[in-house]
Amino acid sequence: MIQGLLDSINNIGMTVSSNAGGTGEAVAAAAGNSGLDWWMWPLILFATTFVMGIAAVLAGVGGGVLFVPIVGSFFPFHLDFVRGAGLIVALSGALAAGPGLLKANLANLRLALPVALIASTFSIVGAFLGLALPVPILKICLGITITLIALLFIFSKNSEYPTVGERDSLTKKLEISGSYWEPSYNKKIDWTVWRTPQGFLLFIIIGLVAGMFGLGAGWANVPVLNLLMGAPLKVAVGSSKFLLSITDTSAAWIYLNKGAVLPIIAVPSVLGIMLGSLVGVKLLAIAKPKAVRYLVIAILLFAGIRSLLEGLGWG
Amino acid sequence: MSAKEKNRQPAQTIDVPDYQVKYANLLLYGSWLGIAVLAITFSLYVFGVMPAYINPADMPQYWSMQSTEYLSEVGLHGGWEWITMLGSGDFINFLGIAFLAGLTVIGYTILLLPAFLKKKDNAFLAIVITEILVLVLAASGILGSGGH
Repeated sequence: MIQGLLDSINNIGMTVSSNAGGTGEAVAAAAGNSGLDWWMWPLILFATTFVMGIAAVLAGVGGGVLFVPIVGSFFPFHLDFVRGAGLIVALSGALAAGPGLLKANLANLRLALPVALIASTFSIVGAFLGLALPVPILKICLGITITLIALLFIFSKNSEYPTVGERDSLTKKLEISGSYWEPSYNKKIDWTVWRTPQGFLLFIIIGLVAGMFGLGAGWANVPVLNLLMGAPLKVAVGSSKFLLSITDTSAAWIYLNKGAVLPIIAVPSVLGIMLGSLVGVKLLAIAKPKAVRYLVIAILLFAGIRSLLEGLGWG
Repeated sequence: MSAKEKNRQPAQTIDVPDYQVKYANLLLYGSWLGIAVLAITFSLYVFGVMPAYINPADMPQYWSMQSTEYLSEVGLHGGWEWITMLGSGDFINFLGIAFLAGLTVIGYTILLLPAFLKKKDNAFLAIVITEILVLVLAASGILGSGGH
């Protein structure tokens, strides 16, 4: 039944494919035969993701959200392999960041586990959809998503300590609450959340998008946890980063099983972005994060619009 | 009391559940182990130390193809097929990738499941069991593997 549904989607996309697919394939083929020695590509990819890792830390965004738009736009790899690698990149970053966040209770299991279950389940559906959609349609959807993410980064105003109203019954049943140490106030902050059912519903969409495009979903997790459910900003950011290690796991398995993970793309990317993140943390004290953030948003906007135009056959 | 100790003391009053700390430690050692395995196996592949099923020099012919087309071109079927091909430099890389992708289900099974069972926290026990089933289902390839 799922296969039948996916086949129908494929058929719907055939018209657009036949118009725009040829152009995309020609560009990819040209790039694939760019005259560069094979070993240059993993090396360039490593250098690019290293810079991406630094920029992600300085700009306060996830590396995963930069990877797919940038590598998908400027490298000769098919979007299937870029998204597969993107999930492994986001997964590795989340796994490495998780321990510190969990120990400081900034990533809270009572908050993260239920939303991770929803997002990881729907990221499987998203992964199947993403692998079944024709490339032009996927590029249009990705372009729109990336452009919206860039706009979200510009206009979204997070709240450090949101006001939380009366807890709903689901929040009470799951006992979603916790505490963490806030060094700037030198005191313990106790927190809880509300509007949990609405938040859970939104994590269905977040899971779908994460699986479909191979993006880390911190850009969506944080506003939902912070602005809608009322988790303090630090808890929202920490829990979001940690729950990517679960959300992206299920989608990553689908891409792995579908042959959409190539070590020659995934491994240099993971190594580059991890090393870059370590350097980024060191640079945080001396760099000007605001300028880097604007640069990252500009690159995202450019990559988003480019992907949209390519999908429409105008790129 | 030194300034360092002063800073550390209040943070110790934060009550972090024991199972959360253990889970954090599993991720800490597991993630860096996985990344180290990736670095080693990738070196074996690209420097030609191990023979590859597809030589890295030939990869530019394939990486701009759709994944289904790539599998069919190189005569692969996807899924867990890689585990039977660990003698190849390219497929040995999947050890590290699969280990990283499997860490969550390991942590859920050996740490979170017993912890919530012991606490008789039925709601979270159900969440953990369902998550394990979802991840195992995704990893198994039952939902679909390869491009056919």
